[in-house]
Amino acid sequence: MMDHWIIAPVVIPAMLAPLIVLWMRYDLVTQRVASILGMSVLLVLAIVLMVSASMGPPEVYRLGNWEPPYGIVLVLDRLSALMLLLTSILGLVIVLYAIGSGWDKRGWHFHSLMQFQMMGINGAFLTGDAFNLFVFFEVLLIASYGLMIHGGGRARLKSGVQYVVYNLAGSTLFLFALGTIYAVAGTLNMADLAVKVAQMPADQSALIKVGAALLMLVFAVKAALVPFQFWLPATYTNAPGPVAALFAIMTKVGVYAIVRVYTLIFPITGTTGTLAHDILLPAAMVTLVIGMVGILGARSLGRVVAYSVIGSVGTMMLAFAQFTQGATSAGLYYMVHSTLVAAALFLIADLVRERRGRWGLALTDAPKIAQHGLIAALFFAGAIAMAGMPPLSGFLGKLMILDATRGQWGLWAVVLITSLIAIVGFGRAGSQVFWRSYAVEAEEDERPQPSKDASSPALAFTATGILLAGSVALTVLAGPASTWLQATSAQLFTPVQYTDAVLAGAEARAQEAARIGAHDHGHMEVIEEMRSEDGHATDGTATDGHTTDTQTETGHDAPAATH
Amino acid sequence: MELLVASAIGVLTAAGIYMILRLRSFPVVVGMSLLSYAVNVFLFATGRLVINQPPILRDGVTSYTDPIPQALVLTAIVISFGMTAVVVMLALGAFIEASNDRIDLDGEEDGQ
Repeated sequence: MMDHWIIAPVVIPAMLAPLIVLWMRYDLVTQRVASILGMSVLLVLAIVLMVSASMGPPEVYRLGNWEPPYGIVLVLDRLSALMLLLTSILGLVIVLYAIGSGWDKRGWHFHSLMQFQMMGINGAFLTGDAFNLFVFFEVLLIASYGLMIHGGGRARLKSGVQYVVYNLAGSTLFLFALGTIYAVAGTLNMADLAVKVAQMPADQSALIKVGAALLMLVFAVKAALVPFQFWLPATYTNAPGPVAALFAIMTKVGVYAIVRVYTLIFPITGTTGTLAHDILLPAAMVTLVIGMVGILGARSLGRVVAYSVIGSVGTMMLAFAQFTQGATSAGLYYMVHSTLVAAALFLIADLVRERRGRWGLALTDAPKIAQHGLIAALFFAGAIAMAGMPPLSGFLGKLMILDATRGQWGLWAVVLITSLIAIVGFGRAGSQVFWRSYAVEAEEDERPQPSKDASSPALAFTATGILLAGSVALTVLAGPASTWLQATSAQLFTPVQYTDAVLAGAEARAQEAARIGAHDHGHMEVIEEMRSEDGHATDGTATDGHTTDTQTETGHDAPAATH
Repeated sequence: MELLVASAIGVLTAAGIYMILRLRSFPVVVGMSLLSYAVNVFLFATGRLVINQPPILRDGVTSYTDPIPQALVLTAIVISFGMTAVVVMLALGAFIEASNDRIDLDGEEDGQ
């Protein structure tokens, strides 16, 4: 029974979103209630799933009860449970903020798009099938296109076009990568791929390496790693505040995919060797430098935050690129921290923009804004956390990463120097926006006013505060959190747990199914087929050794379905 | 046939990439379509090229074509079709708002 809950984070938003569009279309209050309820349910569910994932090996949900590798599977392990929890916290907070700040009434369908977005993100974290990952990427991207241009306006639409085109090109590349991998391995189930790729002889690994590298490029586009970071600053600056905050998790979808694929399918000890490490490490260093220098060079507060997201992606990829257990758990800690803090900073930037009137987010002299002190304090806390100064979680995260990469002095130098640059950059931006305003005397009628849309500024502040409180909690509970993350990282580095959970026991289940449904001819064929497949795998025949009569080429494994 | 399919994919991809690097949104949309055609043909070819073979398992039939790439291609076609529609609508919206169809951002739009 517990098994069925695994698909709930995908199904619940998928059901709720059309309900909101069709049934509550003209009533914003009902939409808000439904949206908050939906997000709360997702949060509870994520906590339950996280507890369940912490207790044992990865759990598998087979859609339609098709045996892997034939059907699509969803896999819940510690990493996906963590990402689900992070997503649902962010989702709830952002809906609260959008309601409090009135963003959700500036265009149509904010709440249903949010639900579709959650569906896509949750699905991408849960799926155990590479092509299904592509499909969920598309779901979350389509929803994000809608959210990105929510509220309209010239700048937003134009940067929306750029965002869409960039991501469409990325999706095309994703398909090329999947096609290449399928052509070589004959499967797209991640666990099955892991097994098949591991069995591939090293001298025939050229094509699978091409596939692995292409896949890396795709995920680098999503994660905004150099040289694919160009789409991020304009998109995040022009997106509505709450949407930009939600996008803080979108780059992490790319990061998650990199971690998942390159620990499970293409591990550093496997056929493709250190390929991922060799690409990622220099890319991460350059990303970090560009991000932090961007903070210093930005001319608007929105861009400061957008570049800090790029920098934080660089920092965590430095850790993940090590492909060691210790560095990965440090990277995961930093990822949780930076998602919360980046989202908080985007919300703070939006609080400023809403109050600053015609000055917008530009780092120029402008009069004091409403609730000046409170917003300044929030920004101060967020900037400290993001730059990695004590006492907040950014400091601990960076410390863990440095500790895990001891001995790599070049990497230490990059992290420490860029942190200094970030501090200077945030200091410059903060003092310009908050302190310089004391020097500006505004005409009474020119004084910036809070936006009229805001239905409850208190709710907006609470939402922002929750995210920063998350950073504080992550600091206070750093001990238990990092213990949990170390276990997560250990699970990632024993991929046999994952593949066993998905693939083992298929034969026993098939026999059971055959006993129950012996009269069903269609099923029997499939089961027979699976038996013969399992037979090949267990009697030690090299997967690329047996040539089927359909194969026009030798040296490749026959596609699974042709047996 | 392999040469024909391979060069078709190559030409479509090259043309598509050239087009999406253009400055105006119309060529970019056309370029995206060309790229998605290229990838669809590519996906189709990943099951190996065979002629006149059934994609369905059946008793007594000894050679098949791989049905999975065909299923993948169907999904990819549907998605790329929808995406093209989205990008056309977005580009139209941006064209109407900004009264030009340039794909790059000027300083103000760039959030500077």
